[in-house]
Amino acid sequence: MRKHQKAILYLEDGLFFKGKSLGVLGETSGEVCFNTGMTGYQEILTDPSYAKQMIVMCSPHIGNYGTNDSDVESSNVYASGLIIKNESLSPSNWRSSSSLEEFLKSKKVVGIQDIDTRALTIHIRNNGAMKGIISTDDFDIDSLDKKIQNVPSMEGLDLAKEVSRKEKTTLCNVDNPKYKIAAIDYGMKSNIYDILLENESEVTIFPASVSSEEILNYNPDGIFLSNGPGDPAAVSYGIETVKKLLGEKPMFGICLGHQILALALEAKTFKMKFGHRGINQPVKNLKTNKIEITSQNHGFAVSNDSLASNITVTHTHLNDDTIAGIACEDVQAYSVQYHPEASPGPHDSRYVFDNFFKMMNSNA
Amino acid sequence: MPKRTDINTILVIGAGPIVIGQGCEFDYSGTQAIKALKEEGYKVILINSNPATIMTDPQFSDRTYIEPITTEYIEAIIQKEKPDAILPTVGGQTALNVAMDLDDRGILEKYNVELIGANKKAIETAESREKFKEAMLAIGLDLPYGHTIQSLEEGKELLNNVTLPAIIRPSFTLGGSGGSIAYNEEEFEESVGEGLKESPTGQVLVEEYLLGWKEYELELIRDPNDNVIIICSIENIDPMGIHTGDSITVAPAMTLTDKEFQHMRNAAIQCIRKIGVDTGGSNVQFAVNPKDGKMVIIEMNPRVSRSSALASKATGFPIAKIAAKLAVGYSLDELKNDITNKTLAAFEPTIDYIVTKVPRFDFEKFPSASGKLGVQMQSVGEAMSIGRTFRESFQKAFRSLELNLPGLSTKDPRNEDPDIKRYRSLDISSLNDGSAFRILKVKEAIKQEFTIEEIHNNTGIDPWFLNEIAEIVYLENHHNSLDDLELLKKNGFSDIQVGALTNHTPTEIRKIRNERNLKPVYKVVDTCAGEFTAETPYSYSTYESTHDIQPLDGPKVMILGGGPNRIGQGIEFDYCCVQAVYGLREAGFKSIMVNCNPETVSTDFDLADRLYFEPITFEDIMNIIEFEKPDGVLVQFGGQTPLKIAEQLTKEGVKIFGTSSASIDLAENREEFAKIIKKLKIQIPEYCIAKNYDEMINFSEVAQFPVLVRPSYVLGGRAMQIVYNKEQLVDYVFRSAEATNDHPILIDQFIENAFEFDVDALCDGKEVFIAGIMQHIEEAGVHSGDSSCVIPPYDMSDKIKKNIIDMTTKLALELNVIGLINLQFAVKGNEVYVLEVNPRSSRTVPFVSKYSNVPLANIAAQLSVGKKLNDFNLEENNFNHIAVKKAVLPFKKFKNEKIFLGPEMKSTGEVMGIDSEPGVAFLKAMQSDGYTVPNEGTAFVSISDIDKKRALPIIRDLTKLNFTIIATKGTADFFTENGIECTSIFKVGEGRPNVVDEILNDNIHLVINTPLGAQSRYDEEAIGKTSVMKNILTITTLAGAKAAIAAMSHLDQVSVKPLQEYFK
Repeated sequence: MRKHQKAILYLEDGLFFKGKSLGVLGETSGEVCFNTGMTGYQEILTDPSYAKQMIVMCSPHIGNYGTNDSDVESSNVYASGLIIKNESLSPSNWRSSSSLEEFLKSKKVVGIQDIDTRALTIHIRNNGAMKGIISTDDFDIDSLDKKIQNVPSMEGLDLAKEVSRKEKTTLCNVDNPKYKIAAIDYGMKSNIYDILLENESEVTIFPASVSSEEILNYNPDGIFLSNGPGDPAAVSYGIETVKKLLGEKPMFGICLGHQILALALEAKTFKMKFGHRGINQPVKNLKTNKIEITSQNHGFAVSNDSLASNITVTHTHLNDDTIAGIACEDVQAYSVQYHPEASPGPHDSRYVFDNFFKMMNSNA
Repeated sequence: MPKRTDINTILVIGAGPIVIGQGCEFDYSGTQAIKALKEEGYKVILINSNPATIMTDPQFSDRTYIEPITTEYIEAIIQKEKPDAILPTVGGQTALNVAMDLDDRGILEKYNVELIGANKKAIETAESREKFKEAMLAIGLDLPYGHTIQSLEEGKELLNNVTLPAIIRPSFTLGGSGGSIAYNEEEFEESVGEGLKESPTGQVLVEEYLLGWKEYELELIRDPNDNVIIICSIENIDPMGIHTGDSITVAPAMTLTDKEFQHMRNAAIQCIRKIGVDTGGSNVQFAVNPKDGKMVIIEMNPRVSRSSALASKATGFPIAKIAAKLAVGYSLDELKNDITNKTLAAFEPTIDYIVTKVPRFDFEKFPSASGKLGVQMQSVGEAMSIGRTFRESFQKAFRSLELNLPGLSTKDPRNEDPDIKRYRSLDISSLNDGSAFRILKVKEAIKQEFTIEEIHNNTGIDPWFLNEIAEIVYLENHHNSLDDLELLKKNGFSDIQVGALTNHTPTEIRKIRNERNLKPVYKVVDTCAGEFTAETPYSYSTYESTHDIQPLDGPKVMILGGGPNRIGQGIEFDYCCVQAVYGLREAGFKSIMVNCNPETVSTDFDLADRLYFEPITFEDIMNIIEFEKPDGVLVQFGGQTPLKIAEQLTKEGVKIFGTSSASIDLAENREEFAKIIKKLKIQIPEYCIAKNYDEMINFSEVAQFPVLVRPSYVLGGRAMQIVYNKEQLVDYVFRSAEATNDHPILIDQFIENAFEFDVDALCDGKEVFIAGIMQHIEEAGVHSGDSSCVIPPYDMSDKIKKNIIDMTTKLALELNVIGLINLQFAVKGNEVYVLEVNPRSSRTVPFVSKYSNVPLANIAAQLSVGKKLNDFNLEENNFNHIAVKKAVLPFKKFKNEKIFLGPEMKSTGEVMGIDSEPGVAFLKAMQSDGYTVPNEGTAFVSISDIDKKRALPIIRDLTKLNFTIIATKGTADFFTENGIECTSIFKVGEGRPNVVDEILNDNIHLVINTPLGAQSRYDEEAIGKTSVMKNILTITTLAGAKAAIAAMSHLDQVSVKPLQEYFK
């Protein structure tokens, strides 16, 4: 029980929560959204898809197993704030190398704890994801309200550009790779390229702004469209590039990559009320009729009634019937809205990667 | 896949009596399964020998068989009902074992019945240690090093490559029965020997003992489409080596990263697929080395279990219900999530609170037990609590235990009682043994500034939990002023604890809290951490900002439940609470249930209109009352638990519906009660309320010994004893109790050699309905909860009957009972003595209800809210059938315990035998308790002098049945004189071979031993103990002997009849 500074979370609709500071002192803002997963806070914090978002962890104890060097999805923390009920000061796990507190401080994360996170979650559920400010300096409601007007709204925001690598990188763990994969980085999680690499691939990760020519010059066996933050419709340059690449090579997208593929196929996307963020999300594979428990993290989705006739819905989300996966055989492209690479989350959907390799095999 | 239409009739096998290791969680899961199958339109046949269950109420199944759960009886039921399928997975190990036997003996094939929910191969692979090991290695999962053996010789050989300590686990037993840890070779041989005997297949697994490894459980479900979901992860605070049923456990797992959790999840899914559980719930246990994360699989249960009941209550996901629906063909995405009513059952629950389960032990009742926890389960019940943080949940859990602990704190030492004595003897150095109160010792160790590391090394408890407990200690030391009230409340401190820290009474703290408007809010268990709105959630309190729920609309009544099961207070009271819900509904009231026992039907999500999963303490209840503002509160159904706080609630102006707390108290208060007795001219045994030593001595000068002595206000006759002279009385007082003004000692004349009767009746304040008169088979002096009893009485004159009815009526009216009343009588000759009056529901209410088809507790609840007896058309019982209730005792778990029954209750459960033939009813009760009733062989007989004459015709009948009689010298002489052929045998201590030797040598098949008086009671203990171990039918009363002999002539017939047919 140590002394913490006061902190406040102010929401754009005027609701506020007073709690204690978490991480470093200061002020931060973003879209407040909740994640229902009971494990995986370190993966979530380091997932670039959470850029400009302040995450409410529904699970009340965070930090219990500390942090370590391997459970990261990138080398940075992208979430703009962390909102929790209770921070564990004394982590316990054989792999833990530092506490959550040390980790957040080293990454300069501003957060808030000791608030009624369930009340906040239900507020967002009822009213939709909304902008918020966490501050340990400014407790003046009027002032916070003024500041929140300047926080950009997620809709129309291209964040992929911000989090994407600026230079291309080539990774490979074997001497004679079986596959050459071009991955477009909209905010790629490391576990995705880890899985690609495990399958004896050479993976070249290109910046989001890469041109189709550059990809084709690389002459890959397949093209991968990564996950990432923000509004897919705002990534117009990405959509254009993908359009040009359609049919050239087998193509596979995850999350934002899935949305960009859909947009390139002339479908539409929309902003969901509060999205899906958790590791218990049920998806049905319409081909096998089997259920996968999936890891999800998205605030936008592909609109059901906008699909061209050559696009097949391969997976649906069982909770709300939103599209969880599509395929367009004409152009050898498919994608899923969820995260088959998990991390955090169940491994039920690893097979989704296999299809990619199969397509590249049959194309060879 | 939609539901199967090729099956119409399904036989559900229940779990039988409550025993240690198999508790009332199977009533909960069985009831859910039956309701689910009925909902789908199937004809449901049930067999269960336990009358105290809700599932055996006739309205739940089409045909309810209260019969012994044996292959023979099930075959008879199959012949009669011709079911298409059997669901064996909701009746614990009992149901699985009997299902396996049905298959082995070709009965399933013969009648073309299929097992649903599990198949033989899956059960075998999961339960046979050797096959399980093979299967797990085949899918690349590690197991602890171990080897299955079938003989002691093999075991000795094994010692060449197994290092001790080792765990010995018998195959196919429940609750780890017969399992132990051997630290040296001598213990090893002993343990292996015991284990081989205990295992029905004569196999034991000798396994490396993973000292200090962390233990986890995953509850999962598989559907016919091979979809597998994880319902809940559970982390045991107590590490490996302590049975999970005896461990304090927490959900969700707290110290696993996502990587490790997913690794475990994958392993559990691989496991359920490899074992081949077709559909339904399973439980998989893992051990994790805290030093390097190495994970091994320990075991899997291919059925719903105690843990799945806990997981259901912890998450809101009704595992048994869904499992039953999957068993008839549905897939998970075809079933609704009943809590959200919007999403599907195909998802994984996620929770935003912490659940703690704490086991409840009753070692006080078994003084010979070491109190050390091990691989064999010893707890008799459990409490579950929910809080938004671990500390809040943990402290609530201890409050829920019904041990007067105000949280993670010891009691106020002023409250004298045996539990506190136990705590006082705490010794920090004993931390490495698991025990009932180890966690209190841990807290004490932290207070005494032992380091977390030292405590971790001694206990194996994960430092995360130790640090959380250290935070509680830190708060007590540094935040113990009223300025910190909110902080303390958020950390789960009760008003009593805060009061003790700040030098205030709990009442003052409550007042201050109310002034500061510091009240709990009520959040809900919704399966989804708030992601969706919930339609039928249940609630828990926490100190946060916002309520999830609003008070219920309309007329509503609160029912206080019974808390954790313990000896003396079991499933019977939960049965009554559940019936009360139905009664209230019929009377037009909504019901609000409060309970903290995860094993029960009363805490099922869809039973009451609203469920609060909360401790039953004054503070917690009062908080709910202030929030809900119910029209009234029912306290007469939850046993002793709610009564403890009824008076306090009344003082706060809470309306108690039904019998008033003043009346309840009147019956408990000896002096006040004596006045009533005098006024009504009713006879009671001589008694004394000794407030000090002199009063006791004075009484002992004039008293007629033997006397019954006990501390006041105890449940289940705890610490009660029969003493035969003044010296023993003095000794008792010095050993067991202190006489004080607040807690006097009660001494009653003990009416020896009397018949005892139990009466349950209903009263509306004006009229009294006698629901049932039961006659005990055991002699007076045996606690009514341990005594077998028969309804209607087998030996009662009309005059005595009239007398008993008159007394019952007078007392019920005088005490102004509105609802249930239970009385106990002793009858000697023509004298009738009232022994006890309880103006509340009793242990026998479900038994009488089953016998008579009158839902007593349901009606009692309706009377409590204003209905009259006239409204119910009740008629005096006049049935052609007879029902025998037999208590089920845990002596096999506590091997060194005296087996003789006395005034202190020791049974954990009960069975019922019902038939139109008294002998058959008795036989069924014996068989349901697991005895083999012989009809030939050698009978050992020892009869007390008083009984000798009356014994003659009975023993003559025995000789007619091909029994050879052997007897102790005195008895043998008497029999020979009276023309009964018999040989004599040594008593223990007279020479060898004695009777115990002969029992051990399997030369005795029946024991009739009617001890009387102090001497024989203690002398013959060895005989009784040996018979228990050898499972030999032992009868201690002539009435019992007569009934048993009557039963023996019916052994060849297996007659079955559903309850529904008895009341046509």
